[in-house]
Amino acid sequence: MESKIAAVAMKNITKTFGSVVANEKVNLEINRGEILALLGENGSGKTTLMNMLSGIYYPDEGQIFINGKEEVIASPKDAYRLGIGMVHQHFKLIDVFTAAENITLGQKGKLNIKAATAKIKEICDKYGFDVDPNKKIYDMSVSEKQTVEIVKVLYRGADILILDEPTAVLTPQETEKLFHVMRNMKEDGKAIIIITHKMHEVEAISDRVAVLRKGQYIGDMMTKDTNATEMTNMMVGRTVSLNIKRNKPVDPKPRIKVENLTVKNEEGVVKLDNVSFTANSGEILGIAGISGCGQKELLEAIAGLQKTESGSVTFISDEKTTELLGLDPRKIADMGVTLSFVPEDRLGMGLVGNMDITNNMLLRSFRKGKTIFADRKAPRELAENIVEDLEVVTPGITTPVRRLSGGNVQKVLVGREISSAPTVLLTAYAVRGLDINSAYTIYDLINEQKEKGVAVIFVGEDLDVLLELSDRILVLCGGKVSGIVDGPTADKNQVGMMMTQIGGQNNG
Amino acid sequence: MAKAENHEPFIHISKRDVLPWYKSMGIRAVAILAALVACAIVTMVLTGDNPISIYAAIFRGAFGSARKTWVTLQSMSILLLISLALTPAFKMRFWNIGGEGQVLIGGLAAAACMICLGGKLSNGVLIPVMIVASIAAGAFWAFIPAFLKAKWNTNETLSTLMMNYIGIQLVAYFTVYWEVPKGSGKIGIINQNGNEGWLPQIAGSKYLLAIIVAVVVTIAMYIYLNYSKHGYELTVVGESEQTARYVGIKVSKVIIRTMLLSGAICGLVGLLLVAGINHTITTTITDGQGFTAVMVSWMAKFNPIYMIFASFLIVFLNRGASEISTAFGLNHSFSDILTGIILFFIIGCEFFITYKISFRKKNGKEEKAS
Repeated sequence: MESKIAAVAMKNITKTFGSVVANEKVNLEINRGEILALLGENGSGKTTLMNMLSGIYYPDEGQIFINGKEEVIASPKDAYRLGIGMVHQHFKLIDVFTAAENITLGQKGKLNIKAATAKIKEICDKYGFDVDPNKKIYDMSVSEKQTVEIVKVLYRGADILILDEPTAVLTPQETEKLFHVMRNMKEDGKAIIIITHKMHEVEAISDRVAVLRKGQYIGDMMTKDTNATEMTNMMVGRTVSLNIKRNKPVDPKPRIKVENLTVKNEEGVVKLDNVSFTANSGEILGIAGISGCGQKELLEAIAGLQKTESGSVTFISDEKTTELLGLDPRKIADMGVTLSFVPEDRLGMGLVGNMDITNNMLLRSFRKGKTIFADRKAPRELAENIVEDLEVVTPGITTPVRRLSGGNVQKVLVGREISSAPTVLLTAYAVRGLDINSAYTIYDLINEQKEKGVAVIFVGEDLDVLLELSDRILVLCGGKVSGIVDGPTADKNQVGMMMTQIGGQNNG
Repeated sequence: MAKAENHEPFIHISKRDVLPWYKSMGIRAVAILAALVACAIVTMVLTGDNPISIYAAIFRGAFGSARKTWVTLQSMSILLLISLALTPAFKMRFWNIGGEGQVLIGGLAAAACMICLGGKLSNGVLIPVMIVASIAAGAFWAFIPAFLKAKWNTNETLSTLMMNYIGIQLVAYFTVYWEVPKGSGKIGIINQNGNEGWLPQIAGSKYLLAIIVAVVVTIAMYIYLNYSKHGYELTVVGESEQTARYVGIKVSKVIIRTMLLSGAICGLVGLLLVAGINHTITTTITDGQGFTAVMVSWMAKFNPIYMIFASFLIVFLNRGASEISTAFGLNHSFSDILTGIILFFIIGCEFFITYKISFRKKNGKEEKAS
């Protein structure tokens, strides 16, 4: 931090969308050679603020100084001219192009792939990236795509980088690699802003944290002088406990028995290979695995949404056992099995984004009643109760759910799914993209269901959470069961190994 | 610190909050006024005629006499009915642009009954047979693309469009097959002497039947879409097939059921056109209203009540347009120009309802900085 002048200084920035104030008089500074973590709950205005810096939105009020000079950033072009580059949460790459083509896309002048490739290689060597410039995007893993995005920004000469939740899609190992590169860039004097919800990452990578709450700037502090609890309290505005409780399962009995389940996707690729396990009542069964290892297919097969090749899924209750395979969700419900499912794609599957909260409640109950008319009275009451009990932040129950922030959308979905007093609860990435406060609300709700004797199957991606929450953890690896471990005694490294190798290291 | 050069954007577009209804209605009213002013200017520049007298002529064309008023209401009912027929499919995001063909086939079925069974059955039996036949024919014409979509996920825009042409050719074939007199190439008035199969006049008016049917179907469709289980299901399917599957809605079943309804109402319109209004069938009996209805349905945002106003507007302009083309000796294309201008303003004003435009404030920065 040799220069006293901040690389970026935002002063009194205000931005409103209709009547919603996304940012109000925000002041933010970032220096060269510094990594700043921007913290805040969902909907606190982090992304909006960064979008103003990268020229996607234009502030209603306030000034932006770049290297001490007041600038107007009216378009992404202005942002590039000023050396500001943003890597978005959702990648903006063209699948059929190579990395080099994507990186040079939109540049002025004649296209010289050879020169560009050389320059890309140079950037990669300098910071320790690993990118093949001639590889097509559709052949790349999520982490490779992200690397291309970062290189693209650097290629265009950015020295102020904004990374919006870069680690949400990465495995722990990939995250470590990204952090290594970020440290190299910091050494090189670049200013880096990172948005993330994961506290241990904030502690690992950032020099300073700045906190936003409800669109307002709360304050900043050096990372080394603070801790996760203090940061969370600042974000939320009150004291939050960061412990997930795990009571011993009471009287667990087999509830769902999966035997030799095999699933192929539309292309005929085996997604689940001879999977067998039992989920017990009053117990949380965590499912760990690298994303795309069959978690989605497993839950959808149990919920009656996935075509299966062979095997069986049996529901066991005190009175009877029911074979679920071959039934669709409606028939499963008709058999008297109350199975709730919180799918990964909340707005694309669990809810209808354009419908209001009441109509989304109606999804599960519209068939009730003998008349041809759908009863909206009960769903309206349910909507009101959920909004009140789960503290959903919404202008009202007639607001389309797509207008709610991620955490509130999930509260609406989980609220509806547990309202039917299920005996089985399936959840897929229930806290993905949620801020820490919303995430703990969801953990509490899931724990509550467990206490009530529900068999919970919890597919997660954050190993720390899985280890804290689950009573048992089933590890999937490439569609096969790599092993089932006891939650309270499980070792993170061991589970990590099992995710990449059947049975973990012990076999090797 | 240095002052930024002033390249702050001059206009700045941002999304609005949902406007209260009176404000959005106000914007629409302003749009219609602006459209009338624009039309007046175009009229003066191009023809030199007094725009006020042109507007008066448009109004005269639609409401100049009792008969004209009835015809306007009847045409409006037909357009409204076709729009209502398309709407459940549209709400399901199934782009049924085959209204034209479904109406024609419904009409053809009615005509076939009148020609083949007229005189053999009494009207008391014949008319119910015709109603069933027309509705079934329209529904069948809609079922084919629906089945293809449900089974093999074919593109319904193409298949419904193509079904229109098959319908037109079928009607063309039968007009020659049944032509009266031989060699004329048209059917002429069917059963002119005995009026077999002619729909009855209500309260002595030959216009009232279509209007009553339109009122009933409008109310029924409004209730169906907003309050029934079926209406809810088709909305869910339209919004997200994944969600529909997730709650156990059979997507293919809903697609077929909804299209059967859509086609059935179109078939009913065919019956009204052939047996109630024209008493003959030609390939142009629908007059492109199967396509105009697409616009009406969209302009009304799939709301049956708004559709009353949208279809009124279109029919009013059309009727007025033919009046000015005769009264002022203007080409019919001129009235199309006016219709085009008015529609442009009405559809364009939706932009101002959804978005807010702010202009650069002069010296705004200095004031705020101090």
